[in-house]
Amino acid sequence: MDLDSVYREQRPRALATLIRILRDFDLAEDALQEAFAAALQQWPAEGTPRNPCAWLVSAARHKAIDRIRRERSFAARRHLVAWQAESVLPADEADEPFPDDMLRLIFTCCHPALALEAQVALTLKTLCGLSVEEIARAFVVAPATMAQRLVRAKAKIRTARIPYEVPGGDRLADRLEGVLRVVYLVFNEGYAATSGDALVRRDLAQEAIRLGRLLRALLPASGEVGGLLALMVLHDSRRTARVDAQGELVTLDEQDRSRWDQAQIAEGLALAEESVRRSRAGFYALQAAIAAVHGQAATAADTDWRQIAGLYALLLRAHPSPVIALNHAAAVAMCGALEQGLALIQRIEETGALSQYHLLPAARADLLRRLGRTHEAACAYERALGLVTQEPERRYLERRLREMRDAER
Amino acid sequence: MKYLLLIYENEASFASIPEAEQGRIFGEYMDYTRRIKKNGNYIGGEALEPVATATTVRVKDGKTLTTDGPFAETREQLGGFYLVEAKDLDEAISLATGIPAVRNGCIEVRPIMPTPPVD
Repeated sequence: MDLDSVYREQRPRALATLIRILRDFDLAEDALQEAFAAALQQWPAEGTPRNPCAWLVSAARHKAIDRIRRERSFAARRHLVAWQAESVLPADEADEPFPDDMLRLIFTCCHPALALEAQVALTLKTLCGLSVEEIARAFVVAPATMAQRLVRAKAKIRTARIPYEVPGGDRLADRLEGVLRVVYLVFNEGYAATSGDALVRRDLAQEAIRLGRLLRALLPASGEVGGLLALMVLHDSRRTARVDAQGELVTLDEQDRSRWDQAQIAEGLALAEESVRRSRAGFYALQAAIAAVHGQAATAADTDWRQIAGLYALLLRAHPSPVIALNHAAAVAMCGALEQGLALIQRIEETGALSQYHLLPAARADLLRRLGRTHEAACAYERALGLVTQEPERRYLERRLREMRDAER
Repeated sequence: MKYLLLIYENEASFASIPEAEQGRIFGEYMDYTRRIKKNGNYIGGEALEPVATATTVRVKDGKTLTTDGPFAETREQLGGFYLVEAKDLDEAISLATGIPAVRNGCIEVRPIMPTPPVD
């Protein structure tokens, strides 16, 4: 294995431990970079150490002490105070990478006192090791803006003293919800590809799955962690089938299921089953169970819509939201109860929720189309087109609208 | 009678003035504190870290909601303050959730800036 990939693999763990020891993100990042530069000199000659992570942490800690001694600014002296407070720990014990440090880092990056976009950026930077430029490109913002976002987040962690710890007891479930939201947001940015560089975005989905696996290794008993991982793996199994050769979006019922990744489906199914057992009303566990039902259907016609509608009903009861209500309505319609589905959509429209969401008129349009109410369907497709922002979805809606217009003639 | 004197200023314009000028203003604050201490008017006072370090806390249906940044709406008015000692931001947020106004209004949590003592 080359040194770059060793570093890439060890970096998040080493960084997590260094931040605990040094109590400063920037100091830890800089010191680790210097330690890696030293590794590039030493390892080829002396051989890769047995525990590269502990070696990097130890080297970086010494680099940090050197730097603190060199610098004489007020800020540097503050670091020194923090360092002295910590240095009472026996050095070898402090340097030993500790699985809890990764959890500490995850919970700190996803702290709710940071803005959501800052949580995402910090997670990708420190836990996934993406560069500022890569993150900026993925979220279609200027690199300087992204750099500023990271600087500000780290300054807030330091100045407002956001703790570097795993939240205890009753706060854990609440805070874990925030962590999972960040991971799922990263996945969706990669998977839904709303705009920006498609290749970078695919990487984001892979990074999110990697984070999901890491969380699962650290918190194996959590049904929601397993549920989120299952959900991401099951969605990702359809990645190549959901876009055709021309880059057009292919809906679930029209996808070539022979292109679904069966290994991922098998993994996702096992995870989804276990997660629902652990967390019966879990937000991600239930969504994973729904994705699993789709994954098991050999053809679109074989889909067990009754089970899906039932799962959506459970999800809606435990986590009421207009988007889930919309999905529930669509699933009910797919069981053959088109009129009932239409009535449920009507009810959502009456609440005024989702009035800017193109999928609401789009779902109504699809049901009207299948009921043969061509003119009403065309009107609903037009309304959806007025709200849609994603290009592939726009083309899908335009195709359906053309079909309705042709049928009307 | 007790009064609370609230200090409002433009952070960005303060940050843009030369360091020597900032130091002079800082010295003026020290002089002012010393003077009102001597007069017996002084009860307490602190400098705050910039608004970028603020966290706004609300409680809705028993759930704590935190947002990055200062309180920015004009519907509510400043109604009081607590100065508390807490080991970190999590403890400060948890203290904020106990203040009755957190249910209908909100509590802005701002770290105090460490400054040298004035006698």
